[in-house]
Amino acid sequence: MKRVFPILVVLVSAFLGYAAYQALVVAPTEQTMGNVQRIFYYHVSSAWTAFLLFTINFVASVIYLIRRNPAADAVALVSAEVGVVFCTVVLVTGPLWARPVWGIWWTWDVRLTSTLVLWLIYLSYLMLRRFSTSSQTPVLAAALAVFGALDVPLVYFSIWIFRTQHPQPVIGAGGSIDPRMMHVLLINWLAFLCLAALLCWARYHLERMRREIEETEALEALLEPRGSR
Amino acid sequence: MTLIAVTRATLFKDLRLEWRSKDAINSMLFFALLVVVVFSFSFDPNAEESRQIAGGLVWVAFLFAAVVALNQTWARELRNQVLDAYRVSPAPANSLFIAKALGNFIFVAVLEGLMTPLFIMFYQLRSLGPSWQLIPVAGLGTWALVVNGTFFAAMSLRTRSREIMLPLLLFPISIPALLGMVNATTAILTGELSARFWIVLLACYDVVFTIACLLLFELVLQAE
Repeated sequence: MKRVFPILVVLVSAFLGYAAYQALVVAPTEQTMGNVQRIFYYHVSSAWTAFLLFTINFVASVIYLIRRNPAADAVALVSAEVGVVFCTVVLVTGPLWARPVWGIWWTWDVRLTSTLVLWLIYLSYLMLRRFSTSSQTPVLAAALAVFGALDVPLVYFSIWIFRTQHPQPVIGAGGSIDPRMMHVLLINWLAFLCLAALLCWARYHLERMRREIEETEALEALLEPRGSR
Repeated sequence: MTLIAVTRATLFKDLRLEWRSKDAINSMLFFALLVVVVFSFSFDPNAEESRQIAGGLVWVAFLFAAVVALNQTWARELRNQVLDAYRVSPAPANSLFIAKALGNFIFVAVLEGLMTPLFIMFYQLRSLGPSWQLIPVAGLGTWALVVNGTFFAAMSLRTRSREIMLPLLLFPISIPALLGMVNATTAILTGELSARFWIVLLACYDVVFTIACLLLFELVLQAE
């Protein structure tokens, strides 16, 4: 871990730099929106990464509830934390783009609202883990993750009947995107995925170490003779 | 003992306790009254405006007041280790949950019954749509709040500063239900749109989360 981590940091940074160059210089300028559109490469890449991480969190939580495997719980915790970071990037870059293009910072559109609610649910998930005094925090957190996963489709459909303002997906479903833009977007997504993987990996190691220390300390406290403290 | 017998015994015990102490209902009522008064003089709407905003105000007031009652649900069982006794007893966990959720439903429903005339008075409300539809909206909406509220109150028992933790857990999950209640109420009061979609949404929300709570409650009860 100690030796590999700095090398990976350099590699991922270089990749991110290359992706930024692609997004800011190489990618063609959009006809109507101009340079503002370039935030799209960060916005969409972060969104896909965040949704992927939240999906991993849900799967890991279900696995934990069934198997009670501590590694699954650590994966759930890590993916929720890193997912919240990327979801925050989505929620910040969205309004920055919307203000010049739509003329408003925010609107209660279906995608925006669902993302915001998802973000709120995962914040409450992290709060629960932080404030819990239970020895079975993982069980409580996993139960909350299941509730969150049940909630998201309901949020989506409850706002769906309003006309949606978010640009329709330009990828798949009859949308059209310049192949060069698609290329840049995929490079950026890949770079963001590498960053997310690196962060998760480092955080996972930290979490395992923290737990090991806690267990050792608990064991030592048990072994220590009574009068010595 | 069967599920129904335990549920009934727990529910009647809670109702009797509440009838004698009136802790939850008094604090809820006073709290909701304060919210109504503060909202009323900070917005001071005319009859037309209040039809547009009343749905939101009513449900926000009921939501905040319900949290007051929900926080007391399990706190009562912590004294004298009642909850621990319950955990080791062979009684099914879900009957405890159903009894608590029904008890909360009754408390919040009583609150709503008492507060609605005040709302009508302060905001000069007169429904332009089919007002009988407010009854299913209130029933489904209240159940949506208390079923998750009871569950998350049990969860927040296991945290530091649990009184603050409950709304933090409950509100994000309740957003679709709140949206349904508020929009259904506004649609009925203004009479411009049909509330049917929102009532169906509330019913779906209730079914989904009631099942989820029943499946997961035992885990939360046993988590020490």
